[in-house]
Amino acid sequence: MSASDDIWILGIHMTKFGKHPDSDIVDLGAEAIMGALADGGVTMGDMGIMAAGNLMGGGGIGQQLQKQVGQTGIPVYNVSNACATGATALRTAIMAVKAGECDMGLAVGVEKLAGAGLLGGGGKSRSSANVYEPTGRFGAVTGTDGRIGTATMPGVFAQVGMEYGHKYGGATFELFAQISEKNHGHSTLNPKAAYTKAMSTEQIMNDVMIAYPNTRPMCSANCDGAAAAVVVNGETLRTLSQEQQRRAVKVSASVLTSDPWQESCQVLPDVNTLTRNAATQAYEQAGVGPDDLDLVELHDCFATAELVHYDNLGLCEEGGAVDFFKSGAAHRDGRMPVNVSGGLQSKGHPISATGIANIWEVCQHLRDEGGDRQIEGANVGLAHVIGLGSACGIHILEKSAVAV
Amino acid sequence: MRETWHEEEVRVSDVAEQVSGSQESGAQVPLVDYLVLGDDPHLRAQECVACQARFFDRRNACASCFGAEFRTVDIPNEGVLRSFTIVAHAGPGIDVPFVAGLVDCGGTSVRGNVINILADPDHVALGMNVRLATFSVGFDDNGTEAVGFGYEPI
Repeated sequence: MSASDDIWILGIHMTKFGKHPDSDIVDLGAEAIMGALADGGVTMGDMGIMAAGNLMGGGGIGQQLQKQVGQTGIPVYNVSNACATGATALRTAIMAVKAGECDMGLAVGVEKLAGAGLLGGGGKSRSSANVYEPTGRFGAVTGTDGRIGTATMPGVFAQVGMEYGHKYGGATFELFAQISEKNHGHSTLNPKAAYTKAMSTEQIMNDVMIAYPNTRPMCSANCDGAAAAVVVNGETLRTLSQEQQRRAVKVSASVLTSDPWQESCQVLPDVNTLTRNAATQAYEQAGVGPDDLDLVELHDCFATAELVHYDNLGLCEEGGAVDFFKSGAAHRDGRMPVNVSGGLQSKGHPISATGIANIWEVCQHLRDEGGDRQIEGANVGLAHVIGLGSACGIHILEKSAVAV
Repeated sequence: MRETWHEEEVRVSDVAEQVSGSQESGAQVPLVDYLVLGDDPHLRAQECVACQARFFDRRNACASCFGAEFRTVDIPNEGVLRSFTIVAHAGPGIDVPFVAGLVDCGGTSVRGNVINILADPDHVALGMNVRLATFSVGFDDNGTEAVGFGYEPI
């Protein structure tokens, strides 16, 4: 074994996202792993490390999955990093391979989230306190959610988008709905998406309001799903078949950041700075710039979030996200297609699977296997996720140079 | 919506009183410990002596510069609404709609509801000037009143 600077995705798979009432997290995770191994033409016997992500289960998902698909005694890293959990699992496998500890690694993320409802608005019940006693880090005598702002995800990310509007202008309710219309339109071409229904801007604006300006179709869809990937170092890849080399996708950049201190981050999560930092590092690692990207899968957990990430990922000039979207650039026939999978708003967001599923989407296009939604001639793509707290994962992927 | 909350809390309080037989004691407690009540209600924060970063909870070291010395400072009551959302769906027991916002109080960002305003996009505007106001959250079995804070239009 030797340390190798070039890392490749050899095999990758995602389950269909949606409702899987007859499958548990082990069934779904195992389906993703078996699919990724078959896609790469390898077995569990070839894996030197496994990194596994799951948030809502009972813990120890990696070992449970080994029992389902093959126990070889390799190290398992169970990772947890909010919505960046899948990307963190992938990054963990990449680090092990890059460090030369093994030649191949497996990353998997799985979640059962169908019917989970509103996330983030927990806390103490208002009627539970009979005598007020200060508790917690703010000495609260009763529940604060709804009394001191909101902790619900649709509300937090609504404020993220509105703050951008306050800073630069032009971020109207209608504009956010148009972003959602784009993604729902894209989803009609993705058979693995949880929802594949096109919606008009008017339909989206008139749907159930969750947290202004986010209506229900502008929120990521809670659903079940899993995704897995096999990574390999370049030296080992060159010993494999021509077909495996042709379909392998190069990981040109793999970056994970957390949020550096910002004045307002204690009251509203700052999803911008750590994404900007990750993007800067990723472009530098890959030796490419935003203009070189043929497609982007970014973390549109809410329509209001997609807008700010155009800017954070450098897809437009600073402050130019509204104009960037209005130019049509982000549509699948635009110059910088964003979320051609349908994004989290329609493809769905089984939290721990998301950070690998978005890489699967980019790989489909780089391998010319995107079917009806193929972005023709795609050579370079970027996948971005962010988990509140926060963690941001960015991977830049490139088509193999091996000829057919 | 404030009024709705208030009525609901009073009703709960009445029930509690019937059960426990307690009376409103006149005592008040702040909803959170960084709200200072009295004649001039205001917020306070822990400020890093070295770099002036402010925190509403306690820190072992400053998240910005790692300094370990803090002092207590008062936060200005007036500010500018830098962002908001109108929450229409919330957790169980939380009345909706309400306006949740981010207020810039003289350079310190504060999270709070925008109160004493109609909770619709025609009445709430980014950049509007607001000031701190308090409201009754309810009473406990001892008759102690919890007082919360929000920001109302100036």
